[in-house]
Amino acid sequence: MTCYEVVVIGGGPAGLAAAISAYENGCRSILLIERDKKLGGILNQCIHNGFGLHTFKEELTGPEYADRYSRRFYETGADLMLQTTVLDISEDKVIRAINEKDGLVTVKAKAIVLSMGCRERSRGALNIPGTRPAGVYSAGTAQKLVNIDGKMPGKKVVILGSGDIGLIMARRMTLEGAKVLAVVELMPYSGGLKRNIVQCLEDFDIPLYLSHTVTKVEGENRVEAVTVSEVDENRKPIQGTEIRYECDTLLLSCGLIPENELTQGLGASMNKVTNGPVVDSDLETSIPGVFACGNVLHVHDLVDFVSEEASDAGRNAAMYAAAEPRYKVKTKIPVKFSKEIRYTVPSSVVLAGISEDIKLRFRVGNIYRYKKVTALAGDRVLAKKIRKVMTPGEMEEIVLPIGKLKDIKGALEITITVEDND
Amino acid sequence: MTKKELTCIGCPMGCEIEVMLEDDGRIASVTGNTCRRGDVYARKEIEAPRRIVTSTIKVTGSLEGASCVSCKTETDIPKEKIFDVISELKGTSLPCPVKIGDIVLSNAAGTGVDVIATSNVR
Repeated sequence: MTCYEVVVIGGGPAGLAAAISAYENGCRSILLIERDKKLGGILNQCIHNGFGLHTFKEELTGPEYADRYSRRFYETGADLMLQTTVLDISEDKVIRAINEKDGLVTVKAKAIVLSMGCRERSRGALNIPGTRPAGVYSAGTAQKLVNIDGKMPGKKVVILGSGDIGLIMARRMTLEGAKVLAVVELMPYSGGLKRNIVQCLEDFDIPLYLSHTVTKVEGENRVEAVTVSEVDENRKPIQGTEIRYECDTLLLSCGLIPENELTQGLGASMNKVTNGPVVDSDLETSIPGVFACGNVLHVHDLVDFVSEEASDAGRNAAMYAAAEPRYKVKTKIPVKFSKEIRYTVPSSVVLAGISEDIKLRFRVGNIYRYKKVTALAGDRVLAKKIRKVMTPGEMEEIVLPIGKLKDIKGALEITITVEDND
Repeated sequence: MTKKELTCIGCPMGCEIEVMLEDDGRIASVTGNTCRRGDVYARKEIEAPRRIVTSTIKVTGSLEGASCVSCKTETDIPKEKIFDVISELKGTSLPCPVKIGDIVLSNAAGTGVDVIATSNVR
């Protein structure tokens, strides 16, 4: 059986950055496994601009961002298996995968980086009433059809969900000659980035209906109409508010779900809010030597932050594989948070041997204005920041400076609070 | 003086920008942006809004079976020219291979801006 120091599963932005970082941190035995025929993951179909402002200080499209990382990856000379699907991972880090050329492949790893990304919530998971005609697509499927295959999925379109892919596709379909009748969002706020509301909807006069949902799909063979209703504060449709749109296509942009079958098969502890594994500040899961990063860990808004997080995971995997433990027993200080916050990543902090600041990423559960976010260890303030506005659609972060962390040995927990700023 | 509120599209931060306009329409002040990009965006957005356009263009003779390649305007173009650029792209195709940065359409819709490929197709 072939053995590697570090095996990275998934060759999207997270996997690429993790593999490159493992190499840059001295690892010379790296395998990257990717199920598609090309590296880059979802970036390849995200042909719009806006990627890389943090990483490269310029505005790139998805394929260009992917290309920069792919080229860097190929320069490392690391091993690569494309069109290869991982079936399972055992607790002693034996990975079983299949592809058309080699059949069943088994490799052993000293450390593993999980970077499998996420998938879209489907119609079946949304319980939309009505018939089951053709013409109902996830926004990402439509994106692949238009941008990679050069095919238009429809002419008159309603989009359910105002996540970024839905907003981007509203513009893309419009540019390609389709009429986008409405974007419909169940929640009273958009799940997408503000800039996308401006440049994808407002620029093209596409209406956005907040607190609305699809209550009926009509059509035998193909979608013929979609009915949209307003919802009350309990998200229940309000009778008499129905609007019927004659259309041939319904796109769904209703959230992303981390793809963690392998992680769960491995028996790693899972976070019920993120649907990703529980990790400490080394991005290590509950299985020693198995690290996670990118959208498989928690769904990100910006690829730049995926790359940054993955780079940390790759470095830590390389260190683990090189048997350079910074500690004998890993003491984890749990991170607790107030009710405004839905989750934090990581969910615990490891202090022993730290060499840099620790970045906590989190999401809030509602829109909050003029708030003070504070990180505390007991009554000691580690960090605080003022936020003019925080929304569920935009990931927040707070940096715990290494200087402050060195002073809190013996702390039982770290708490993140959100309070009015007056 | 009148106030105009904008959401910056310079990056995904989406800063809320306030622009104060003199009675003659000149810009008196730009506030709320957190970087220089926001100032540039707000002034352009008031005076002459511009956008980068991304799309695809048909390719022929691809060894990997690709039917199109992604592309973008090299810099932003006047907002009202978006559909003109798109329709010029629709009437064009180019032979493979295409590399990132190759010009796929020069002086798109008379804007003086070239459209360049953003992916590699063999």
